[in-house]
Amino acid sequence: MPWLDLMLGASLVVTAAMALISGSLFRAVVMFIVFGLMMALAWVRLEAPDIALAEAAIGAGLTGVLLLDTLGYLRRRFTRAEEDSP
Amino acid sequence: MRRKLAAALLCLLAGLALAWALVDRPEPVVDLPRQAAAALPSSGVDHAVTAVLLDWRSFDTLLEVMVLLVAVLVALALREAQPDSPDRMGLENPLLRGVMSWLLPLMLLVAGYLLWAGAHRPGGAFQAGAVLAAAGVLLRLAGVSLSGFERPWLLRTGLVLGGAVFLTAGTFALFAGRPFLAWPESAAGALILLVEIALTVSIGLALLSLFRLTPPYPDDPGVRKAEAEGDR
Repeated sequence: MPWLDLMLGASLVVTAAMALISGSLFRAVVMFIVFGLMMALAWVRLEAPDIALAEAAIGAGLTGVLLLDTLGYLRRRFTRAEEDSP
Repeated sequence: MRRKLAAALLCLLAGLALAWALVDRPEPVVDLPRQAAAALPSSGVDHAVTAVLLDWRSFDTLLEVMVLLVAVLVALALREAQPDSPDRMGLENPLLRGVMSWLLPLMLLVAGYLLWAGAHRPGGAFQAGAVLAAAGVLLRLAGVSLSGFERPWLLRTGLVLGGAVFLTAGTFALFAGRPFLAWPESAAGALILLVEIALTVSIGLALLSLFRLTPPYPDDPGVRKAEAEGDR
């Protein structure tokens, strides 16, 4: 199993970096959700299933939904403002 | 360029310090797992994490619940300041509704199981509340309205229920001549279950409220009108 753990750790670093440096906000949010799911798997591997459950439900699920909702709100607001300005 | 180099150097140093702390960690002075295992029979539950959360460190959990409540209060206050419009979120999608009728009972069942399982295996109020909230988010995305949310007093009662039951149970320990939040050993299991049920309702409602309290979309005619009037 060490290969699996190494891949899991590497994917955590990669998804975190992609969420941070991504130019598109939508992609950053999706990467954040993927990061949350990978983090839940990492908690399971660390034998902390309680935290894994909370991470998957709150970290990846509800926070992701809230972020996507905010993104949709911002997008509509700013596209509408650009249409109005000229 | 120079600032970027300095930032990179700082990151490198911090990373090295972290790696060093990880490699060269001191032996723990207190054997906490053994102490927890020894004290477990007197806690009223069979799972160490639940015992920590709701018995030995219940004050921390109480404060966490209160922080969540304050967050919802702030969201409520901010929402009051936004222009109001009819709630029209929801995708008119028959497939989504069909899947929902399969998913919802399952989600309720999982939430109940997680709540019950918290006493002797991973699970508990926070996870069960999060699953409940996810079911509510699904309902909202499908455009099914929950009539309970139209009645503010019902929603607010549900929001404070967990903290109120927690505080009441903790205060009763004071009357029995014990410290605040120290459950009597004979009733600890029942009290923890009672507090967890109330907490599940409140946490689910709080997380769902945070989602529901997002402002309406500005392309809505009602909002556009209200904003135009505000600009004048």
